[in-house]
Amino acid sequence: MREHAALLGELNVDVLSVRNERELSIIDGLVIPGGESSVIDKLSRLFGVAEPLSAAIRAGLPVLGTCAGLIMLARELSDGISGQRTFGGLDVTVQRNAFGSQTESFETDLDVPVLGSTPVHAVFIRAPIVTRAAADVTVLSQLDDRRIVAVEQGNVMGLSFHPEMSGERRFHERFLERVRTRLG
Amino acid sequence: MTETSTQNQVGTGRVKRGLAEMLKGGVIMDVVTPEQARIAEDAGAVAVMALERVPADIRAQGGVARMSDPDLIEAIISEVSIPVMAKARIGHFVEAQLLEALDVDYVDESEVLSPADYVNHIDKWNFTVPFVCGATNLGEALRRINEGAAMIRSKGEAGTGDVSEATKHIRAITSEIRALTALSKDELYVAAKELQAPFALVEEIAETGKLPVVLFTAGGVATPADAAMMMQLGADGVFVGSGIFKSGNPAQRAAAIVKATTFYDDPSVITEASRGLGEAMVGINVGDLPAPHRLSERGW
Repeated sequence: MREHAALLGELNVDVLSVRNERELSIIDGLVIPGGESSVIDKLSRLFGVAEPLSAAIRAGLPVLGTCAGLIMLARELSDGISGQRTFGGLDVTVQRNAFGSQTESFETDLDVPVLGSTPVHAVFIRAPIVTRAAADVTVLSQLDDRRIVAVEQGNVMGLSFHPEMSGERRFHERFLERVRTRLG
Repeated sequence: MTETSTQNQVGTGRVKRGLAEMLKGGVIMDVVTPEQARIAEDAGAVAVMALERVPADIRAQGGVARMSDPDLIEAIISEVSIPVMAKARIGHFVEAQLLEALDVDYVDESEVLSPADYVNHIDKWNFTVPFVCGATNLGEALRRINEGAAMIRSKGEAGTGDVSEATKHIRAITSEIRALTALSKDELYVAAKELQAPFALVEEIAETGKLPVVLFTAGGVATPADAAMMMQLGADGVFVGSGIFKSGNPAQRAAAIVKATTFYDDPSVITEASRGLGEAMVGINVGDLPAPHRLSERGW
């Protein structure tokens, strides 16, 4: 979260952390960072953020989710823990920890054509992947073995990896374009 | 790596430290059975520490404490979806090799177990799996980072339920960091000598005002208020060992400590979380522990 905030700060954005409905009500866009999706789910429901956030996403709130953030935006999980829910926003199915344990976590260069020809240096940490994407979901990037690791649908973008850890700004810039367009 | 390489790289500093970044703001709980691991995950733990005996029992039963049985660690890994950590003895690099082979997500080179080497810690750069290590002060933290630790936890005094040592250690680390930021460059050489830490790390901290890795607190945390105090003192997250499963109502206490850690700066949430938890672990005052039984004095 700190690295997302630092990156957005460099892009001249005011950043606050959202832990309750009041904080949610004053934002123009939301970044859902990495972490443990089971914990984000639990705490967001416990403190009454989950419902209003789902509604805000349906109403067009621009959202960028990375790693656990992608999981929280998925319509469906193939292997959530018992009772685990998501906010929705992306009509996709996501598999958690798709690469295995931490010793399988890795960094690599990814082609993301919508961001131009310079590859994205991506850090995957116990990362999820998208195993199904609906027809109206745009696939932004795939690994060499074609597994989907970045998707977009309307104002919602979900990434398996952490662009903020390598100082990659282009996803955040794309997210901010959505925010500005919506503000008009 | 070069910009054009498409080779996947595992075990890099960024990948190792990155997982700890993802645990920030969370609670890591000691568990000794798959059932406890399930309770911890359901309560909102960001990770579990798999071990054979919680520190309070190691303290009570005595004897040599070693790495846990591989079967137990595997059973815990298969029970939960959150990261699983496990402890190796200080300096016992083969125990660490086994934990890596078992696919644990983090190895804790821990003073809670009996040290295997009273001179050297594990050379943690040799591993793909990341390590967390204990520290009582900044110099110790930097020596561990220099050996490749990707996460630090202040030691506290494990298995006591007495938070005073945890307070002492997190305060020592954070105040020594603040002191470094006030020094001029030419004073940093002596500071490095006094901290018994590598100059490059000392210089980096003087400039950034923070450790280059995530800093959790451990050792004696038993209540939601204990956890919130550690967060207010500057910890990035909290390890809770005996405090949960040695208490009267583990599931409820675990959930309460998670809430208090998330809302560490909101006394009304912490108050609500503290209600009706039943008995906390009985505990031992650190002052009553004879010196050879102080685990925080292991490691250097």
